[in-house]
Amino acid sequence: MLLFTLRRLLQSLFVLLAVSVVVFFAVYAVGDPIELLVSPEATMEARQATIARLGLDQPVWRQYLAFLWRALQGDLGNSFVHGVPAIGLILQRLPATFELVLVAITLSCVVGIPLGLVAGLYRDRVLGRGIMAGSVLGFSLPNFWQGMMLILLFAVWLGWLPASGRGQTVDVLGVPLSILTADGWSHIVMPAINLALANIALVLRLTATGVAEAQTQEYVKFARAKGVRPGRIVRRHILRNILVPVVTVVGMEFGSLIAYSTITETVFAWPGMGKLLIDSVYQLDRPVVVAYVMLATFIFVVVNFVVDVLYAALDPRVQLVSPAH
Amino acid sequence: MDRSTPDSHARTVAPLAETPRRAAILKRLRARPTVAGSACALVLLMAAILAAPLFAPQNPYDLANLNLLDGRLPPGSESMDGWVYLLGTDDQGRDMLSAILYGLRISLAVGLTAVALATAIGSVAGLVAAYAGGWIDTVLMRIVDFILGFPTILVALVLLAVMGRGVDKVILALVLVQWANYARIMRSRALQERRKEYIEAAANLGYPAWRIIAFHLLPNCMGPVLVFATIQIATAIALEATLSFLGVGVPVTEPSLGLLIATGFQYLLSGDYWISMFPGIALLLLILAINVVGDRLREALDPRRA
Amino acid sequence: MSATRLRLAALAALLALAGGAHAEPLKIALASEPTAVDPHYHQATPNNALAAHIFETLVAQDAKMNLTPALAESWHAVDDSTWEFKLREGVKFSNGEPFTPQDVIFTFCRVVNNEEAIAGSYASVVKKFAGVEAVDGQTLRIKTRAPYPLLPNDLTRMGILWSGITEHGAITFDLENKCGVTGAWPKVNDFNTGKLAIGTGPYKLKSYVKGTGIELERNETYWGDKPEWTTVTFVPVPNAGPRLTGLLAGDFDLIESPAARDVQRIKNTPGFGYVVTPSVRVVYFQFDVGRDDSPLVKAPNGKNPLQDVRVRRAISMAIDRKAIVDRIMDGMATPANQFLPDGMFGTLRNPPELKYDPEAAKKLLAEAGYADGFELTVSATNDRYINDGQIAQAVAQYLSRIGIKARVDAMTRSVYFPKRAKREFSFAMGGWASETGEASSFLQYWVTSYAPELGMGTSNYGRYSNPELDEVFRQAVTTVDDAQREKLLQQALTLALQDLPSIPLHYESSLWAFRKGLTYEGRADQYTLATSVKRAP
Repeated sequence: MLLFTLRRLLQSLFVLLAVSVVVFFAVYAVGDPIELLVSPEATMEARQATIARLGLDQPVWRQYLAFLWRALQGDLGNSFVHGVPAIGLILQRLPATFELVLVAITLSCVVGIPLGLVAGLYRDRVLGRGIMAGSVLGFSLPNFWQGMMLILLFAVWLGWLPASGRGQTVDVLGVPLSILTADGWSHIVMPAINLALANIALVLRLTATGVAEAQTQEYVKFARAKGVRPGRIVRRHILRNILVPVVTVVGMEFGSLIAYSTITETVFAWPGMGKLLIDSVYQLDRPVVVAYVMLATFIFVVVNFVVDVLYAALDPRVQLVSPAH
Repeated sequence: MDRSTPDSHARTVAPLAETPRRAAILKRLRARPTVAGSACALVLLMAAILAAPLFAPQNPYDLANLNLLDGRLPPGSESMDGWVYLLGTDDQGRDMLSAILYGLRISLAVGLTAVALATAIGSVAGLVAAYAGGWIDTVLMRIVDFILGFPTILVALVLLAVMGRGVDKVILALVLVQWANYARIMRSRALQERRKEYIEAAANLGYPAWRIIAFHLLPNCMGPVLVFATIQIATAIALEATLSFLGVGVPVTEPSLGLLIATGFQYLLSGDYWISMFPGIALLLLILAINVVGDRLREALDPRRA
Repeated sequence: MSATRLRLAALAALLALAGGAHAEPLKIALASEPTAVDPHYHQATPNNALAAHIFETLVAQDAKMNLTPALAESWHAVDDSTWEFKLREGVKFSNGEPFTPQDVIFTFCRVVNNEEAIAGSYASVVKKFAGVEAVDGQTLRIKTRAPYPLLPNDLTRMGILWSGITEHGAITFDLENKCGVTGAWPKVNDFNTGKLAIGTGPYKLKSYVKGTGIELERNETYWGDKPEWTTVTFVPVPNAGPRLTGLLAGDFDLIESPAARDVQRIKNTPGFGYVVTPSVRVVYFQFDVGRDDSPLVKAPNGKNPLQDVRVRRAISMAIDRKAIVDRIMDGMATPANQFLPDGMFGTLRNPPELKYDPEAAKKLLAEAGYADGFELTVSATNDRYINDGQIAQAVAQYLSRIGIKARVDAMTRSVYFPKRAKREFSFAMGGWASETGEASSFLQYWVTSYAPELGMGTSNYGRYSNPELDEVFRQAVTTVDDAQREKLLQQALTLALQDLPSIPLHYESSLWAFRKGLTYEGRADQYTLATSVKRAP
């Protein structure tokens, strides 16, 4: 276990390094940020001064090495656009995204798994078919369209919920959280639903498929022949086995949503990290983009690690490190 | 097929071509009218999409055909030349019906191509990683970690800046970012299957690794990947719509359904619902059809439903 | 309304009735977020608008961009290279300290020593000074190296800081010796946290949380008209749709830039109003005239047709500006016949109309030898100017009607601006707001010959060069006499309109929407100010 962790750690450092290189050069390839920042009214002198200060007069590989050197000392650079440390900008917005994603994922599991179970167990009946057909709606439409429709319905026509923004926050250990206030909940409901819809469909279908497949397995037929009650079969036998792919996907989705719930955050003006990323990419604010993607990769690495450990716990046939053939 | 006796193990281990499995599948397909029905519907839809240039009253991609003064007309309005815009026009004067027919083609092309390529690449990667284990597995999975952490928008933006605009660049961007998902799912499933006896039996029988992976491991691991893939067609199309919404998707003069929806959604609040709603319905129907058939096909192909 | 909000509203009403403090909060939704509170960090409209609440300038601009006194009561040119400003008495900073000429000198010095600033025009203004002295406690005399007629205009964007935010000795305009400042120069973050955000303005900074909002509170010791609102909250909502729905749902009192096409909805919803104000932002297309071989033009005779003025005039005549304003801008724009709205300083009184005449355009094209047209790519952004992508498509439509095979390449600005700067386009869209409110601004950067060391033609990507125009222009910007300067600018504009190195399309109008009970005085510079929001009579 310890060896596994250490090896993973080492590999992940390599991944982080690779990510930083690729993103750095990718943003460089898109265009020159100076054109977006400096007003044409600035003198040549002032323009050159800014270019030199941001290090943009150096050849790109030298810029990267300078960045790497500072990064190893813990400084991921200052935003070109805001002038303050990039990592600070990102971390300031992390709590908002985190709580949004948490609510969305919880919703996905709480709604998706039970519905998927029903759909899988009754797959040849109208109920099962109906649920599966309904799940298509969850991922058929683009996210931003769904969001806009939700706003139109609940905020404008019915007036039940606020149209955008984050609600009142309460400081917990210095971290502002909005899910502890009623106002916060009224603001988080719609964006969370918007984020969750596609995931509910995914979890639902995965669970349903898993249940359907498990039902044809011998151990289920055997248990049924033995006379075990259906509820117990579902809980003790089927559920455990189908959870592996579900856990994989939920894990992936968690990481992916933390990093990239950009559209929902844009539509609902949710002050999270995703919006910051989009803006920074558009402004060619390289330090923020690089810091962001490195953070996102770090999150994925951690999530994948946790998921792999859970696999081994849930399915005894799976080993943490598969030996080579 | 019953797998509780050694004889049947041997049978399950033999490759597809040597058993009447393919015939069995086709027989099952024919026996279920809904499958045939959905398949027919899908074929018809695709034919309509490919034949759009013949059906459409207007070529919406040719700027000379458009008239700005005919812009934002509601469904049923008459054009300056006398014919009727059945579904209205968008802000540039494009006939919505024609735009939808042309747009379906692009959306479908993007969705299918991106998912097909990503599934192929991802599945191979995932299977190889699971079967080979060791450092191959490690390297592949670290690459997957890397890809999963990468923002699609940045990939699309770089491709746009370096290679210019185009539908093929959008597909490339989608494939580059999506294949890792398939790899991970395939690998997790393959890891489970790999430990089962029939794989061990095949290895003991002396079959080469590629054969085991292709004919024994793959069919049994397809389930979750196919579920994911059918959902991902919609996601790919929606992702393309999102990229277009953000301005880095297909060219403005050759809109896909996604771009039509994205542009049209600006007009929703002001009452010009048709610019966004009709492409949205078309997209919904497209996805629905694909998913229904995908569901049926997957059921039919499931080797455990003998 | 949700139950929570009903309860909150009831509570607020109760408090108000109880005769407590007259709390008048104002909540405004912004289209783009200011990136800093520091008034000298980045010269961008959102930043300038925010800074105007907290800091004041010597000279201000009213809603029509005319110069008005602010911290300077009056000013005049003593001679060609000397300006004298009479500073207002009795003004205090928000921390109670008095406003003195030393604060102005400190501000000038800080601007030149602002390392973190993104190059704007602040430092270049001060670099033109030969010397600054406080003649007495109320008068400031600025000597410039060369005649600088636009100094008052350029000072309208330089917020004055309190010299006490850092340690210093006696403050004089001695740039070599850091003007007598001994402590560290203020940093961007110091302003964001509010620590050093001390100004003379009508509001004080309470908090600035990026992405969430900016809170201001009333400066009770403000020297001018008492600010109407006790607190002002700015919330960034970058997407127009949610911004409008936020207003309609009661989350905001005022929003900036609702989409023009949604104005109908605002009109039809009782309880809301809006105001339209023409701005100085002109949208135009620039031609590549400097090269024989332009990258995105292909003519059958192998030459660059855009170099022929007849072709440029034909293209200008082919475009129906009124239809674009009507159909794409929903009437929220004004067709342009020159580069700055009529009536502003230096513009032509009665410019010839840039008419829509496709037949004449076709004839001109044929005359120039392009009866069969040529291929041209229309390059534009799709996320910078209002409806930019759609305007480009419409323009392409019109060009294809006179025989030019036009393609549209609309891209995001992060790709567009760098490419344009590298001169990769032949027919490129642009937008420019003349912040000085007079005609020299556009000419200086976009029309005069490319001479970056002189600060001229820095955006002249098409490399148009007209020595006659350059000469007239150079005279204009060094003439301090207003009447003279106006004539020279008009002359330069006439020359530019004859040659059409760029063709103007229209001036954008700015929109603000608000709830009933409020009025907003729209501004030509597009700033959204809490001080322009008043309770309806």
